Formats: sequence, structure tokens, C-alpha cells
Amino acid sequence: MSNIRAETIALFEPSIIGRGLRDAVVKLNPASLIANPVIFVTEVVAILTTLLGLRDALMGTGTAWFALSIGAWLWLTVLFATFAEAVAEGRGRARAESMRAARTDTLAHRLADPRDRDHFDNVAAPDLRAGDCVIVCAGELVPSDGEVIEGVASVNESAITGESAPVIREAGGDRSAVTGGTQLVSDWLVIRITASPGSTFLDRMIKLVEGAERRKTPNEIALDILLAGMTIIFLIAVVTLVGLADYSGTRLSVPVLAALLVTLIPTTIGGLLSAIGIAGMDRLVRFNVVATSGRAVEAAGDVDTLLLDKTGTITFGNRMAGSFIPATGVAEQTLAEACVLASVGDDTPEGRSILGFARDRYGIVPTPPAGASLVAFSANTRLSGLDHQGRAWRKGAVDSILSFVGTPAPAGVTEATERVARSGGTPLAVSVDGAVLGVIELKDVVKPGIRARFAELRRMGIRTVMVTGDNRVTAAAIATEAGVDDFIAEATPQDKLDYIRRVQAEGRLVAMAGDGTNDAPALAQADVGVAMQTGTQAAREAGNMVDLDSDPTKLIEVVEIGKQLLITRGALTTFSIANDVSKYFAILPAIFVATYPGLAALNVMRLASPQSAILSAVIFNALIIVALVPLALRGVRFSPMGAAALLRRNLLIYGLGGLVAPFIGIKLIDLLLNALGLFQG
Amino acid sequence: MFSQLRPALTLILIFTLLTGLALPLGFVGLGAAVFPNQAGGSLIVRDGVVRGSALIGQDFTDPRYFHPRPSATTIADPNDATKTLPSPYAADASNGSNLAPTSATLVARVAASLAAWTHDGGPSPVPADALTTSASGLDPDISPANAQGQRARVAAARGLTDAAVRALVDAHTTRPLLGFIGEPHVNVLRLNLALDASAAP
Amino acid sequence: MTIAGWLQIALVLGVVAAAAIPLGSYSARLMQGGRTWLHPLLGPVERACYRLAGIDPTAPMGWRGYLGALLIFNAAHFLLLYAMLRLQGLLPLNPQAVAAMSPRLAFNTAISFVTNTNWQAYSGESGVSYFTQMLGLTVHNFLSAASGIAAAFAVARAFAAGGVTSLGNFWADMVRATLYILLPLTVMLTIILIAAGVPQTLAAYPVATTLQGAHQVIALGPIAFQEAIKLLGTNGGGFLNANSAHPFEDPSALITMIECVALTLIPFSLPFAFGEVVGDRRQGRALFLVMFILVIAAVAACYAAEAAANPLLTGIDPTGGNMEGKETRFGIALSSLFAVLTTGTSCGAVNAMHDSFMPLGGMVVLFMIQLGEVLPGGVGSGLYGILVFALLAVFVAGLMVGRTPEYLGKKVQAREVKLAMLAVLILPLTILGGTAISLVTASGLGSLANAGPHGLTEMLYGWSSAAGNNGSAFAGLSADTGLLDWGLAGAMLLGRFATLVPIMALAGSLAQKPKLAGGAGTFPTHGPLFVGLLIGVILILGGLQFLPALSLGPLAEQFAMLSGTSY
Repeated sequence: MSNIRAETIALFEPSIIGRGLRDAVVKLNPASLIANPVIFVTEVVAILTTLLGLRDALMGTGTAWFALSIGAWLWLTVLFATFAEAVAEGRGRARAESMRAARTDTLAHRLADPRDRDHFDNVAAPDLRAGDCVIVCAGELVPSDGEVIEGVASVNESAITGESAPVIREAGGDRSAVTGGTQLVSDWLVIRITASPGSTFLDRMIKLVEGAERRKTPNEIALDILLAGMTIIFLIAVVTLVGLADYSGTRLSVPVLAALLVTLIPTTIGGLLSAIGIAGMDRLVRFNVVATSGRAVEAAGDVDTLLLDKTGTITFGNRMAGSFIPATGVAEQTLAEACVLASVGDDTPEGRSILGFARDRYGIVPTPPAGASLVAFSANTRLSGLDHQGRAWRKGAVDSILSFVGTPAPAGVTEATERVARSGGTPLAVSVDGAVLGVIELKDVVKPGIRARFAELRRMGIRTVMVTGDNRVTAAAIATEAGVDDFIAEATPQDKLDYIRRVQAEGRLVAMAGDGTNDAPALAQADVGVAMQTGTQAAREAGNMVDLDSDPTKLIEVVEIGKQLLITRGALTTFSIANDVSKYFAILPAIFVATYPGLAALNVMRLASPQSAILSAVIFNALIIVALVPLALRGVRFSPMGAAALLRRNLLIYGLGGLVAPFIGIKLIDLLLNALGLFQG
Repeated sequence: MFSQLRPALTLILIFTLLTGLALPLGFVGLGAAVFPNQAGGSLIVRDGVVRGSALIGQDFTDPRYFHPRPSATTIADPNDATKTLPSPYAADASNGSNLAPTSATLVARVAASLAAWTHDGGPSPVPADALTTSASGLDPDISPANAQGQRARVAAARGLTDAAVRALVDAHTTRPLLGFIGEPHVNVLRLNLALDASAAP
Repeated sequence: MTIAGWLQIALVLGVVAAAAIPLGSYSARLMQGGRTWLHPLLGPVERACYRLAGIDPTAPMGWRGYLGALLIFNAAHFLLLYAMLRLQGLLPLNPQAVAAMSPRLAFNTAISFVTNTNWQAYSGESGVSYFTQMLGLTVHNFLSAASGIAAAFAVARAFAAGGVTSLGNFWADMVRATLYILLPLTVMLTIILIAAGVPQTLAAYPVATTLQGAHQVIALGPIAFQEAIKLLGTNGGGFLNANSAHPFEDPSALITMIECVALTLIPFSLPFAFGEVVGDRRQGRALFLVMFILVIAAVAACYAAEAAANPLLTGIDPTGGNMEGKETRFGIALSSLFAVLTTGTSCGAVNAMHDSFMPLGGMVVLFMIQLGEVLPGGVGSGLYGILVFALLAVFVAGLMVGRTPEYLGKKVQAREVKLAMLAVLILPLTILGGTAISLVTASGLGSLANAGPHGLTEMLYGWSSAAGNNGSAFAGLSADTGLLDWGLAGAMLLGRFATLVPIMALAGSLAQKPKLAGGAGTFPTHGPLFVGLLIGVILILGGLQFLPALSLGPLAEQFAMLSGTSY
């Protein structure tokens, strides 16, 4: 995930660790821990073992130290689990603090009549209701989320997006949404409030980032059920073992049973599950995308069809000069020079691209003759150019130029115009003094590397669909060049919606990005809808993610973050379950060797003594949680590849690794315990 | 719910008549017509008297006969219905010993059988089937090694030559089908019937 | 172990694998409402059944309706059998004048047959009349097997389409499974068995005068027909006490090989049928391979254990292997093979006494039951059982490809995991709970035939067999006691229906979900990777919890035996 930009919070920043330790202890409260059945059972068992150990210690029984050591490590197991969650939350909290600073307590000027800007009363921002209308002037903070109903102003939204360049907000159109906590830099706006108190965008973001009100995602709930089920199964196995051992002539003590139970139940994943979820959200937030729910992040991982807007995502959006095609009998260099002069006055991106192309290809440096007057591009004339000493250089849409010069197109120009249009480009004509010299081909330039990116997505099983307003011919040409799997040409909002519905009916999950009000139905219909922060309020409400950078390209990374979250969860679950095998080989021979000496053969790790074997297994079980916290927070390394390859790799690392690692770990701990001389006599 | 009762009861009735009555009875008739001997239990009848079934082992203790494998079948103790008495080859009470490999009872029983085998002059090591009980307690067969091991005793008891007995055993040894299907075995009842036949000139 | 032994094993497994594929596609076509070559013959019978019973075979049933019909059908049939067992003394076809069963034993037996367990707490020769054998037990063999097949197809349909509520029609499924699958195979096998010497007669037990002059009462009866369905329907309840070890049930090595094929044929064909139903044969093949690989491994382990000599028995020829409780005509290889197949399917017929198996040989067959009767499991129950494991495997590992886990296009979410875990929980709860309670009560201890760790295994096996609906036993266990008659009946009920109910609910939930399209991003469930994964999940999720119990039973016994200890 190297291409994901993220502000780096050190994985274990000292301030977060300190707070985390404190929170970890608070989280030991059984009432809150019960939400995590595996760790709750561990705590109950820890309490029981500790109490019995204390009783033995008071009565002076010989094995008190053993019960107490087991008890202590069980407590550490629980603590490590709560610590993992606390650290994950701590990282989000740091970001929430900076957002909270932007929350306004300013007075809002509430208008009695939206049409009358002069009569208002002042109310505290938190008292505003949805539907109230307020006026905000330059220098004031927007009191709450709303829709601009009158006025144009530039707004500094850095409190939300971290981007300090002001943006334009105006009534109507796609730039009418304002967010509470942002600041007007100029002019004034009349805003209709759309958020209820306490549920503004900023409020929701803070809550999400902090992990407060964090609800378990569907996938987490399912996993929790699996883990609870496994806990019950092992509880049955351990409790019934008392009866079986009794028949065999062995009395099993509570600490031994506790050790067996806790090492068998999936404490590793149970302890790290919520930390993984919080960290996944956090990764998204640091990437400047806010999901309205964890569910959306998971859905992002499931997406197998991406609807991408052509402009800005697949192409640069600005059309750029791709070639100069002279009319019959005109030298290419002559045309190029004319193009340059005709474009000097054109400050649009297209104009600049013509100058750049001429410089790169023909080595022409634009030098407008002294005293020339520039004709700027205007929407009315659709022309730009330069007048000098009675000569006129012009460049513009082909029909505009033809009507400007008033003569029919010379040989080669009509053909060139048609050829350019067919290949997806935009033709411009260039004239000097009433003669059309040739055609400039403006190409919609596909972003470098996007083709490789789409190939990568295809390997991951994700289809890319380009959405464009261009005609079919143009769209097909760009689609081929960019390597998308499908495209929607001359797309209307209804077309998008229909396409999403059709693909969903085939059993696919769709993600799209959008900003306009007319995108809202499609955003709502898509399984993952990423609304742009610059978009309308309607779009932001309809989507289930908001991209604060308003960069539609990020849809791809959002999908990758979703996948990474699920992979991390699956990897640690597999690891945790695979761990169990070794625990049996550590503990079973240890507890039954006195009754059936032959069972020593199962002690494949050759652990020194029954007690050190049991303790080593418990210690390993606790330490592995801490050891995996960085992995849980950072997420499993993700590289785009097909599911089969991904599964093979992860099964090898986390399945086989989970099988083997504890054998080595437990053996090492056992060696260490015995080297320290804890088990002599 | 009650609407399902009619199909439930009707289908139970139909299938009880079909699979519980018509077909079994049909096969009884078919068996009697086409395979009367097999369907009737492969009984061996000599002079109008049923002497046993070719498929069911019989208890032989007389040294003049080849002995079958030990049998674990029992009958109820007529004096105490909660107890059972050994009754080898009780063909109406098939059963195995169900003794564990680590059973002290099994170890003792095998030791006793071993002593009897050695006493009768059987060779060593003893074929496994000669000292172990079968699953049904009605195993009609013994291994060829077991039969050959008893040859000397039978020949002596009957005053036959070893070669004559060996020829009989060999003639009654069933080889595996196609060389690999099944174990080679000797049907004890048929062998003993042949012995009686050959000894009665 | 001998080459001939391995050849026999290879021949049986080869024939099963070869025959399972066409039978699977035949069954799939049949159960999807298609025509088969038997329709001209059996079509009129099928239609007559529908007409008489007032059934519309095309009426859709949701999971509740389907399950309700299945439960009503089984409950009614249970009551009928219970009545027969209690009244058999008064009913005809009873030449041996067998008396009524005790209420407790009748309850246990009726439950045992309705759950497709066929646990024999009774003795066939002396406890059941010909009337009950034919009209009671044999019919149950057909109908409990047909219920299982029906349920398996209902579950399979849940994966086939998206957004539907109907799982099919139970009555039609049941009638078709009985008429077109079970009946023709049973008729074929019956003829083979009769020709080979399996009795089919209503005569009273003949009394033979032995060569030594003693009287021998020879039990027989209409055995062949019941023997055939007992194997094909993986029921396993023998006509006679010694079951397929009895020469009348299984007269030769060739017949025992045919019986091995018969008892595994339908269970091994159902994964292939599943592949056809869901429209992707590779999926069925993968499930088949999981079953087949584990069966081969188990046969090898069991054969190796049984071919070894018991070191406690001195003077015995060590090359003969463990012949205690085995028939001469079968030998070690076919006894080990039969034992693994009968425990891997939920059949429970035996051709050798498992109680006398070597500790590790016994452990293998016990473990086959404890793994959930999915290798390949009972007719029907094996398929829906392994699908539960497949869902769990997909759920655990499927996350690792970065998507919400899905199996055959169906998302596996909280509800599915909950129901799957419920189904998986029943076995350890019943087996370990029942064993622990039995081993600490005087009544339970009194039932044991063997002492030491083997006694623990005996009890563990009994509860495993009941809960797994297997029906085989470490038969030294005296099961006709209050504790075990009632307790094991409860275990059989839980094992059959407490797993079937959540599984049918699971099917209902899956059926309603949209069927998502697969692609390069979805977790492939047809390749060797998934086969390996599913094997791992079955062993770890299905088996690991029994390891402590197994270490106190067979493992402890094995080490004791090696060190020369007897009990």
C-alpha cells in the first residue's frame, strides 16, 4: 500500500502508550468486557485462578506459587487485549482532538425570513435546528452544516480537510454545501441548516475517529460468533475432562484447567479483533476519507465493480494538444508558429497545452510581437487569438473559425477534423488573416500509469467502468487507451443508476464516486458511494464515505484499505486457530503423565517439567497478543493479486506459521524459565 | 402443520406395504424359486437330517475333528437370567468377545488356548486365528496354517496317514479369488464332513 | 500389511469413486425434476403416491415448511415403530415368538432407526420379530435414508440460486429418493446377496444336529433385503446381532467388498450431485476429494494398526495381526477397510468387532465418527454436514482474500456462522458431556466391559456413535441400561435433529441471499488449496476438541500396551 499517503503517527508513540496503559486497566471492567466473550471468559478464569492461588498461599499449600503465576499471566493476557484496543483508540483520538478545536460555539445570525437578510436574531450554534436559515459574513464561522440558498463566497475548509486554499461556495449547482466549523473568507452566504444539533458532519467525524459509539461491523459480529462458539466448545472439552480424568485416576486442579482452557480458546484474535477494526477506520481517516460506518469499509473490500468518472480520474480532464495537422500545402512549422501566436492570449489549460506542445515538439518559444493585442478566449466567440498590425491570428472551434474567416474549409481540414473527432479528440482550427492553416488535435490525455493500475485491479478481480459524457466513439477510444473493462458513454445520472442496478442484479458489488446532486441516487444505490467533500449536501448524504480531498481517484485506494482490513482479520484468526495444535502437545502430556507415563511421548517439544510446560504455554499465549499488536494496527501487507494467490500466500504465512510458531515459542520460553532456575526442586 | 399429516401417514403406509411387505415377500418367493439353498441358509442335509449350515461354524472339541476358532458366544444362565454361560457357536446368539487388546481376560484366555494348542502338539508360532475369537463367534473358517497345524492330531486320532489328511486339507483350502480377493481359508464343517466320509469306507 | 490387502482396498475405493460420479449426476437430474431411464417403470408408482397422499410435487416449501414436513413424517414413523416394537408379541410373522420390547429399549430402538443411527441395544436374533424387522426396521431404513437425501438436496438448492425462498418439496424429494435411488440399488444388491448365500426366508430357525451330536439353533430370516438397504441407506442396523460379521449377513470376502461399495456409494455420489445442482462440477469434486483423501488416510492408519501384533499376547504368530474379533474370510485388510468406511459414513454396520481393535485402530474409527460423520457421512447427512464445515472454512480463511467470505456466491455472515456453529456444537456437547457423566456414575461404570483406558474409550465410542448417528459400538458396552437407553436416545435425537434444524435454517437463509458472481477476486473453492484448507478445518474445528479425551482413552491404552500393561 505504498501509494497511500498517510500522515505518520509512530506506531507506538509514547503519549499514546501512556494513555493506552491507563485505558487498558479501565477496560478490565467485566461489564464492558462482556462484549468480547473470549477475553471475558479469560478474565473470569483469571479471577478464579487468582482467588484459589491466594487461598492456597494463605493456607500455606505448596503449589500456591504455581496457581498465582498462572493467574498473573492470565491477567496479563486480558490486559494485553485491552491494551491493544486502547492503543488503537488512542491513535484516532489524537486526530479527533484537532477536529474538536474547530467545533464552533459562535453565535449564529438566524433569519426570520430567508429573503430578508437584515432581520435576524442571535442564537447559539448548538441551538440551531434543521430548516433554520442563517446569514454568515466574511470572517465568521459557519455555525452548522447547511445548504447555501443565496450568495457566493470563498470558504476556508482547512478545519475539515486540512487543505488551506479557500473554495467557492454558492447557491444552486454542485457547490452549495457548507460544513459547520469552516470559515468564510469573503462575502456572505445565506444558509439553510440541514443538520440537527450534535449530528453535524464534524460531530459525526469526531465520533467516528475516536471510535466512540463504534458499532461492530457485520463481519466482526460474525467473527465474534465464531469465536464465542469455539470458546463454548473448548469450555465443554475442558469441563468434561474433569470427569474423564476422574475415571482415569487424575485430579485436575483449577489452575491447570484454566491454563488449558485459556490457551485453547482463541484469545489472540479475540484480543486483537476490535483493535484491527479501529485501526482500519483510522487508516482510512488518515487517508482523508471518512466512512459513515465500519460497514462501509468492509463493503469496500467486497466491491468488484468500480464506476470511475473519466474526467479527473482516468484522464487529466484538461484536453491537451496532441498534434498539429496542416491543411494541404501548409508547412507544419508554419502551422505550429501560427498556433503559438493564436494561443498566447489563451490562458485556459488547453491554450497552455498548445504552447507547451509547440515548445516540446517544434522548439518554438512564444514571443508575441511588441504592441500586439491579445484576444482572450470567451465562451461567446469560442475563439482566442492575437491582432498585430492588421493581421489576425485565430484559434478556436472549427465552425467558429470557419465563420470567422468566412470561407469554406480548405483541402485536408475537413478530413482532419473528422479523423480527430473519431479518435476521441477535439479538433480546433487555426487561421491567419482569413486562411485556415490547419487543425490542432486536442486529446483527452489518459493519466500515465492508469492502465497498469487497471490491470492490477483486474488481477484482483475488480472490473473498472468508465463513465463519461462523451459520445460513444470518443468514449470507446479512451476506454481502449485506458484499459477499462467497460464504459458508459453519454452518461446521464439515470444511466449511471440503471447501470449500477443491472450490475448488482448480476450479483456484483459496485463502488462509485460522485459529487453532484444528480449523482445522489446513484451514490445511494452503489454499495460504496464516495462523495466529494466539495460536492453537494445531497451527494454527501447519499454516499457512505466522504473524501475530504475530493479526489475521485482515491476510490481505488479505498477498496484496497477495505481489503486490507478484512485480510488482517482473517490472517490473525487463522493464526490464532492454528496455534491450538501446539498447546495440546504442551499441556496434555504435562497433566496426564503422572497417570499414564507413556503419554510423555506426546511431549514432542521435550519441555522440562509438567509445570514449566503449562506455564510456558500460558506465557506464550499472552505474549503473542502483544507481539501481534503492531501487525493488527498496521494491517497485513497488501499487494494487489488474485484471490487464489493471495490465499496461498496468507495461508502459508498465517496458517502454517500459526501451526509452527508456537512450538518454537513455547520451547524457548520453557528453556528460559528453566535457565532462570524457576523450576528447581 | 396438520395439512402435512395426510401425506405423512399415506406415504408411511404406501412405503410400509411396498418396502416392508411386498418386496421382502417377493424376494422370499424369488429366493425359494431360484436360490432355494442359499435363501434357506445354505443348510447341509445328510439323510434328511440338518447337520448345520455351510456358512455357520460348529463347535468341535473331539480330537478326531479339526477344531474351529475359539468362539465367544454365550447363552443365558438358566439359573440366573442376569448371567451368561459360554456356549461356543451358538448360532442364535452371534457375538464377539469384545475384549480390549489390553484386557487381562484376553491375555489369560489366549494363554489358556495356547497351552491347549501346544498340548495337542500344534507347532509354534501359533497362527493368530487359532487363539483369537471371531467377530461373530460363528466363523466357519480357519486359516490354512491353523488347519495344517492340527493335521498331526487328527491323523493320530483317526489313524490316518499324514499325507491323506494333508490332501484333504489342501483340497478344502479356498484360495483368494483372482489371487488377491479374500484370505485363504478352510471351511471347518466341510473339512470335517469330508473326514467322516473318507473314514467311513 | 500385504500387497493383496492393499489391492483389495484399492479395488473397493476405485469402484466407489468410479460409480459415484454417474450416480451423482443421475441423482441430481432426478432430484431437479428431470427424467431418468427408470421413469417409464417407476413414473406411474411415483404419480400414484402423489395422488393417494394428496401431494402437489411442485408446491414450493420454504425451509420451515420443508423441515416441518420432514419432522412430522419422522415423528409419525417413530410412533409407528415404537408401537410395533411394543406389540410385536401379538403381531403375525413371528415364528420365534419374540416378546414385546421393554418401553425403554423400544424407545431407544425407535429413536435409533428414525435418526438413521440403528444403534443396536437389542439383539436381532432374540429381540425382534420378522414382522418388526420387515415392516418396521426395513421400512425405516428406506425412509430415514430418503429423509437424509431429501434434506441434502434442499440444502444444495440453497446454494444454487439467489433470492429464492423455496428449498423444494419434501414429499416429492422423499418419494423420488426412495423410488429412484434407494429402491433400484436395493433390488440389485438383494439379488447378489441371496445368490451369495444371504438367507431370505420366513422359515423358523432350523435346528441342526452337529457332527458331534449337539443341537445348534441356526438363526436366519428375511435377511438379504434388509441387509441391502441397511448398507445402501447407511443405516447399519443388522438383522443379526453380529451384524455384517455374521456369515449370513456377509458370507465372503467378495461380498464384504461389495458391501463396502454399497455403504459408501450414495454418500460419495452426493458431492458430485451437489456440484451438478450448483452448476459447477468442480465444487462437488473438491468436496469429494476432501472426503476421499481423509478416508484413504484413515484406512492406511487403521490397517497399519491392525496388521501389527498385540505385544501382550505371547506365542502367537506376530505376522497374523490382530485377529481377535475379526473373521477369517475377511482378514485384516477388509476388516480395517470396512471399519473405516462404516464409521466414515454414518452406517455403523460392522464386519469386525471394533471393541477388540488395537488402540490406535479403534481410535481411527472413533475419530471418523467424532469428525462429524462427513467422511463421506450418512446418506444426505454427510453432504449437509461437510457443507457446514465448508462454510466455516470459507469464513475463517476467506477473509484472507480481502472480501466478506462467500461460498458459491453466498455471503457467509453472522446468521450463517451462528447456525453453523450451533450445528457444530451439538457433537462435542453430547459426546463429551454424555461420556463424562456416564464415567462418574455407578450405572455408567457398570456398563463397561473392559477396564482401564479402554473402558473410557468404550463409553466415549458409545456416545460418539449415538450423537454421530453411526450406530456401531465398542459392543462390550452394555447399552440396555436406564442411563444409556435414555441418554443415548437423547444423543441420537440431538445428533440428528438438533443439527438438522439449524442446518435447514441455514439453507433458508442462504437461499434468500443474492448469488454473487465469482471472479478473480473471490475465494476459489474448487482447487487443491481449498481441499487442503477444508481438511485442516475439519481436523482442527471438528476434531481437536476430542484430543484430550482421546489421549486418556486410546492413546493412553496404546502406550500402556507397548509397556506391557494389561487391565
